[in-house]
Amino acid sequence: MKQYAYYPGCSLESMATSYNLSTLEVAQTLGVELKEIKDWNCCGATAYFPVDELLAHTLVARNLALAEKDGLSDFVAPCSACYKNAYFTNAYLKKDPDLAEHINYALEADNLHINGTMTVRHLIEVFIEDVGLDEIGKKVTHPLKGLRVAPYYGCQLLRPRKENQNVENPQFFENLLSALGAEAVDYPSKTRCCGGSLIVTNRKAALDMVHILLQDAVNRKADVIATTCPMCNVNLEVYQNQVNREFGTQYSIPVMYFTQLMGVALGIKPAKLGIGKEVVSGEPALAFAY
Amino acid sequence: MDIEMSFSEEIANVMYASHGNPITDCLQCGTCSGTCPAAEFMDHTPRTIIGLINAGYKDEVLASNTFWSCASCYHCTVRCPAGIDIADMMYALKRYSMWKGEHQEGLIGPVFAQSFVKMIVDSGRSYEPLLAPTYIFKNGPRGLVQEMQTATGLMLKGRLPLLPKKIKGLKKFRNMVRRIIPIGEPT
Ligand code: SF4
Ligand code: SF4
Ligand code: SF4
Ligand code: SF4
Repeated sequence: MKQYAYYPGCSLESMATSYNLSTLEVAQTLGVELKEIKDWNCCGATAYFPVDELLAHTLVARNLALAEKDGLSDFVAPCSACYKNAYFTNAYLKKDPDLAEHINYALEADNLHINGTMTVRHLIEVFIEDVGLDEIGKKVTHPLKGLRVAPYYGCQLLRPRKENQNVENPQFFENLLSALGAEAVDYPSKTRCCGGSLIVTNRKAALDMVHILLQDAVNRKADVIATTCPMCNVNLEVYQNQVNREFGTQYSIPVMYFTQLMGVALGIKPAKLGIGKEVVSGEPALAFAY
Repeated sequence: MDIEMSFSEEIANVMYASHGNPITDCLQCGTCSGTCPAAEFMDHTPRTIIGLINAGYKDEVLASNTFWSCASCYHCTVRCPAGIDIADMMYALKRYSMWKGEHQEGLIGPVFAQSFVKMIVDSGRSYEPLLAPTYIFKNGPRGLVQEMQTATGLMLKGRLPLLPKKIKGLKKFRNMVRRIIPIGEPT
């Protein structure tokens, strides 16, 4: 069984506990061994870059260096923002010896050193590419027949572009949902931004952006929106009430992590997947599967 | 001899680790503005801001809310035909304006960025409720009530921890940070 360096990120310990629970359950069922990086720090989401570019990269690099020290080759993040940060810090320091030197000078104060030997992956890639859709399909015991799911990719999972990724119309999320027996709806907003941290710094703009995403899911008759990132999840789910107040709408659409849907299809008990912690309950939509 | 740096050069200097093409390569095609989901909340669109930078209109640029309204979604970046990393440039403008202490009054962005960094530098971890005082201060009682309703929903669902976590190797972590930015003496 291959071991992966697992970087849960701060959100998975608080607002996104369900993401962490379901990730660990699903990984175990699929034989993916996630070894949590010891004493990792917050990677800073989008908040360090406005303050100091070098500090932002160094904070990310510390986690990568800790993972390198463990002798593992793959760094796995379930949060799209963590993933994007780790991916690019890793890629830039390999291309830019000067940046690597500055980072290593700071890391030295923490007895660490980074070589840039890790491969940075998002959790969804590990399931799709390493486990494979066929293998996942074989393990499905409770197919999500008839469940209409809007696959929400968000931004940082796709952008900036990593290698040859199809950033305009990716299909891997849809394919995963099909492997689970669900019906992936054609969701034109799937790569449109949810506003990210504008929810704090420019609430009006973010609510407007969330509104567009929710309306699009409703138009497509989705039963649930599936996400790959804690921040997207919070914006789409927790702020639905505020969108309703602001726009006089009545949205009540469950937003679930893709790992929760995988868990249900793999026959894992809802409570073990953190189902029931939603502000907009996902239980009715999923009840049929049990 | 005094060498006067152009504004676009100054911005390029605060994009030290970025790997896009120079912003002076901009064709003014408007793809970025057409793509941007936040453009209607900006006083200048991304295309206009780049035009203003390249023409040296520093005061107009720093006074605008454009980069503080950017969600860092990188949609503009992946579509720009000139290969400019516009999203990174928006970050650079945030850095530049905070560094110069010049930005619009009443913006939450700068306070948020600074309090977030302080939190992480202090504990190694982030903890959402610690951000709330900043938020309340900026949004007044009405914002507070709404924020509490949202937060309480989460509290009841067991989704907010009561105490912020700290990393174990905090002392060495802070020494690492100290090699980059001044954060006070070691304790
Ligand atoms: S990006 Fe978000 S979840 Fe990831 S470590 Fe940072 S704050 Fe935490
Ligand atoms: S969709 Fe939203 S939370 Fe997700 S990456 Fe984009 S801005 Fe961040
Ligand atoms: S998309 Fe690129 S080239 Fe076109 S206006 Fe924007 S920055 Fe300039
Ligand atoms: S990164 Fe910023 S400027 Fe570019 S499209 Fe997204 S919100 Fe607009």
